[in-house]
Amino acid sequence: MTPAPTANRSLLPTYLQVAPLTLVLVFFFAVPVVLVVIVSFLKYQMLVGIVAQFTLKNYADLLFNPTTWTLYLSTIKFTLIVLVITFVLGFWIAYFLVFHVRNLLTAIGLFLLCTIPFWTSNIIRMISWRPVLGREGLINSGLMKAGLIDQPIDWLLFSDFSVVVAYVHLFTLFMIVPIFNSMARIDKSLLEAAVDAGATRWGVVWNVVLPLSKTGIALGTLFVVTLVMGDFFVVTVMSGGLSGSATSGIFNDLQFLNYPRAAANAVILLIIVLLIAAAIFRLVDVRKELVR
Amino acid sequence: MAASQSYGPRPWTFYVLAALFALFVVFLYGPMIAVLVLSFQGPSASLVFPLREPSLLWFDELFNPRRVGDVVGAFNRSLPLAVMVMVLTVLISVTAGFAFRRRFKGSTAIFYMAIASLIVPGLVLSIGTLVTFRYLGLPAAWYSSALGSHLSWALPFGLLIMFAVLGRLDPSYEEAAHDLGATKWQTVKEVVVPIVFPGMIAVALFGFTLSYDEFPRSWLTVGSKNTLPLEIWTMTTNVTSPALYALGTVTTVISFIVIVAALSSIAVIQRKRSGRT
Repeated sequence: MTPAPTANRSLLPTYLQVAPLTLVLVFFFAVPVVLVVIVSFLKYQMLVGIVAQFTLKNYADLLFNPTTWTLYLSTIKFTLIVLVITFVLGFWIAYFLVFHVRNLLTAIGLFLLCTIPFWTSNIIRMISWRPVLGREGLINSGLMKAGLIDQPIDWLLFSDFSVVVAYVHLFTLFMIVPIFNSMARIDKSLLEAAVDAGATRWGVVWNVVLPLSKTGIALGTLFVVTLVMGDFFVVTVMSGGLSGSATSGIFNDLQFLNYPRAAANAVILLIIVLLIAAAIFRLVDVRKELVR
Repeated sequence: MAASQSYGPRPWTFYVLAALFALFVVFLYGPMIAVLVLSFQGPSASLVFPLREPSLLWFDELFNPRRVGDVVGAFNRSLPLAVMVMVLTVLISVTAGFAFRRRFKGSTAIFYMAIASLIVPGLVLSIGTLVTFRYLGLPAAWYSSALGSHLSWALPFGLLIMFAVLGRLDPSYEEAAHDLGATKWQTVKEVVVPIVFPGMIAVALFGFTLSYDEFPRSWLTVGSKNTLPLEIWTMTTNVTSPALYALGTVTTVISFIVIVAALSSIAVIQRKRSGRT
């Protein structure tokens, strides 16, 4: 953070400047989250709805139900797979843009090329895999024409495979941008120094670039993990309803208007996500990197 | 290694990574192009290639409400909502960004609240916002509850962009303007805004597109009338014709118009600026 020109003037304007942001965050983030926590401890009665009576039943229901565990395990499996793929892709793409593309304008152009799809509809981007991966889709018909297969491959669409493809398609950008940001700040002379000191090419990546991209990697991981953990829609559309996610339980409860149990499930999800975030924030001082 | 400095022959890794990058771009855009092409499918109504008898049939179908839901109505809600979110995101995150240049009590708490708002699953917030509105006895609608929940998602992005932009705004410029006799307003108008303006366009771009495409946070908060992403979601289960692809093409074209407008105005400003100095 940079100190203001005249550091001793009143803080009132500063508070006025930050007030609208604070109000929106309080009313549309803090209050809703607190209410979700409160509702998760209330009783649900069929046909009546929420009854103002304290209970732990919602949590007990969930924790003693094997389905909850299966769904969470499946979500964690997807999260880990997607995290590894997006990290590898994101790291090397950012590395290519920062250290291999010599012209700054070209680098910015290529970077924007990766970014533009982010500003378009996620649902459309998911649906767009149907004509590609489907039974009669581009990949299957291409492989059949080439004579490589006789039967269309079934597991391309509406499977765990297509779920992972869609996640990688949608979320890799969240890795590229922060890692690109970190790498762009690395002083290029450091790499030359390492080479002069006898480091191999691989050694430079491992010992210089990777540690110095730590913040970007941490932020990217934070984004990808929270996006996959909190997702319901990608897994539903891309698995054709075959795979579930931690949020599927929430969705089902909401359809029966069982808000308390949906809220309890939401709280469990929230705790897991916040624990992961806290762990990442402990490893890297994200704030110091962002506000400066 | 460090090829960017020494300008020797390109190392072999360049070609490997360039190939990876090219594949990634194909992976990113390929399916979108497939949908774009298939939205011109003829009356065969086939959802896959080849394209037979190209026509505009499905675009026509799209705006015919008897066949595929209330697409026009959804547009008429999504566009104003996105514009509102865009304007508010710019105003709120720019002013808040300036506040964060000074040290004040509670800045850490507000910062972490913004980050938490960014990483909280959208569905959780959707439930929370609905419960809040129920509790207050207010009806959920796209212009109230959905607007708020979109802001809780767009503002943190706007704030992070403003941090990056303002980090480059050296306070000594403002001091210099002040020393040269500029009033506070003149300093803002002549010094601060020109430097910050491209960043503000970027914030606007994020505000618009994040709202226009937002699904999880809209899901429970829009009330009885759907916004566009929710309409598309309903269509994925109901509509098995290329009308779905046509809708995809229309929304993507709108997104692209906004993206191109934003990026080209940033480019024009940057060029003018570099031409002047």
